[in-house]
Amino acid sequence: MQNISAIFKKEFKAYFLSPIAYVYITVYLVVTNFLFFQGFFLINQADMRGYFGLLPWVFLFFIPAVTMRSWAEEKKLKTMELLLTWPVRDVEVVVGKFLASFAFLAIIIVLSVTIPVTIAILGNPDFGPIIGSYLGSLLMGGAYIAIGLWVSSLTENQIVAFILGVVVTFVLFIIGNPFVTMAIKQPLLVSLFSYLGLGNHFESIGRGVMDSRDIVYYLSVIGFFLFLNVRSIESRKWE
Amino acid sequence: MTSTNTMIEVENLNKQFGSVQAVKNASFQIQKGEVLGFLGPNGAGKTTTMRIITCFIPATTGKIRIDGLDIHEHDLEVRKKIGYLPENAPLYNDMTVDEYMRFVAEIRGLSGDALDSRIKEMYLVCGLAKMSQRQIGKLSKGYRQRVGLAQAMIHNPDILILDEPMSGLDPNQIVEIRQLIKRLGEKITVIYCSHILSEVSATCSRILIINNGSIVASGTPAELTAKAGSGKRYFMTVQADRNALESNLPQVEGVTNLTLNETGGGWFEAAVFLDTEQEIGDKLFKCAVDNGWTLSELKRETASLEDVFTRLTRGE
Repeated sequence: MQNISAIFKKEFKAYFLSPIAYVYITVYLVVTNFLFFQGFFLINQADMRGYFGLLPWVFLFFIPAVTMRSWAEEKKLKTMELLLTWPVRDVEVVVGKFLASFAFLAIIIVLSVTIPVTIAILGNPDFGPIIGSYLGSLLMGGAYIAIGLWVSSLTENQIVAFILGVVVTFVLFIIGNPFVTMAIKQPLLVSLFSYLGLGNHFESIGRGVMDSRDIVYYLSVIGFFLFLNVRSIESRKWE
Repeated sequence: MTSTNTMIEVENLNKQFGSVQAVKNASFQIQKGEVLGFLGPNGAGKTTTMRIITCFIPATTGKIRIDGLDIHEHDLEVRKKIGYLPENAPLYNDMTVDEYMRFVAEIRGLSGDALDSRIKEMYLVCGLAKMSQRQIGKLSKGYRQRVGLAQAMIHNPDILILDEPMSGLDPNQIVEIRQLIKRLGEKITVIYCSHILSEVSATCSRILIINNGSIVASGTPAELTAKAGSGKRYFMTVQADRNALESNLPQVEGVTNLTLNETGGGWFEAAVFLDTEQEIGDKLFKCAVDNGWTLSELKRETASLEDVFTRLTRGE
């Protein structure tokens, strides 16, 4: 536990040691607020459906940018060699890094509560779906982070890690989108793809229905990609 | 087979990267409190061997025991005994020295007062106190190397492994670090990898030479020099006639070749090549006396560790 917490603290602080964190936070909040409030006054409804509808798309670019550095930098600076000869298990490092990125995301999500507060002032929103969607965005964000970290562990180039991260999350997101599922004739594939799609479970959580299947889905995605991450770190041993 | 004094025991170590065999059947032992110089040209397999000992990568075949523990089965315990400074001291550039040391200390299982006092001690030992609030990325190469050393020693390891610790240091820093290593070597086992021989011979009690993945020699600096034998050349400084030298010196028993270098005033520097290990100094002297030459210098070439190293690593 001490190892995970040491890695977590170090990784989490690392975000704030350079100005990058503040740039990310600002860009994220400005972009999401702008996109949301653009339509909000036109529709004139006191809910956040429009906001949460954007999130899977925003995360697509935002989260790979948050995670791209995590392993790629360790590989490039060769600090990984030192890190992995300390008395820590590979899995502890992976979990520590995941929790740090997740905490960073959580902070940003918390900072976006200005929106529901604004809406509550302007109207009378139903808080059930809003709270559900906030929990859902943490879960979905966690899945994106696990994917981004795994991708980052495959390369020592941050830019490659970013682009590859966008591509992988995009593919996993789009297969569940009606855009794809409606084009497929096979009913079995349709249900499989819409189950696997990264965004669908977020939508159903957003309806305010907490279904254990959706939670299990995100937790399995996180677990699966963290497992792949551990394997890719271990791959140095198989050469 | 293992005596209680053996700290590191490597048996038939092999490491294969694809079709390249980086380490070939290497076996060696390192005793407690020994400062071992691990020497070899670049790409000889030093770093690979160190990476295996530090549990970063596994061996393809072979057994390694550290303080009696198999490194494969007791991975975490072994890591706790080792302090490692990889080549070029890879550190997190965004952190300050203090943040970095605290992080490493926590990973090493220190906490509270013990953590603070150990870090302070390391600053003292490595001369880092003034730099503690500096960002690592902005430190000079010498200070980075010191942070790397401090990091490797923070948990009082039994074994300290240093991969090219002197690279990028200026002569004063080299002397400082050398003294530090010597001082440490009195208490703990130190493995010191380098491709620069003079560094190693100044610091280490024993030297292992590795070339193309195989251990080619092992011994104290003196033993290795002795093993190489003395050189097969005599140097003479002599005043004589060139023709007389050229005709008479090759007559001496054992001489195969001769080069002359005129330095002026009838003086020559002669290098006399032999085909024997025998001492022929007396014969050369007699030859000079018989011919009435003036002899001001006569000495046999002594082989240096450099020669041993070059001979062993060039496959001569």
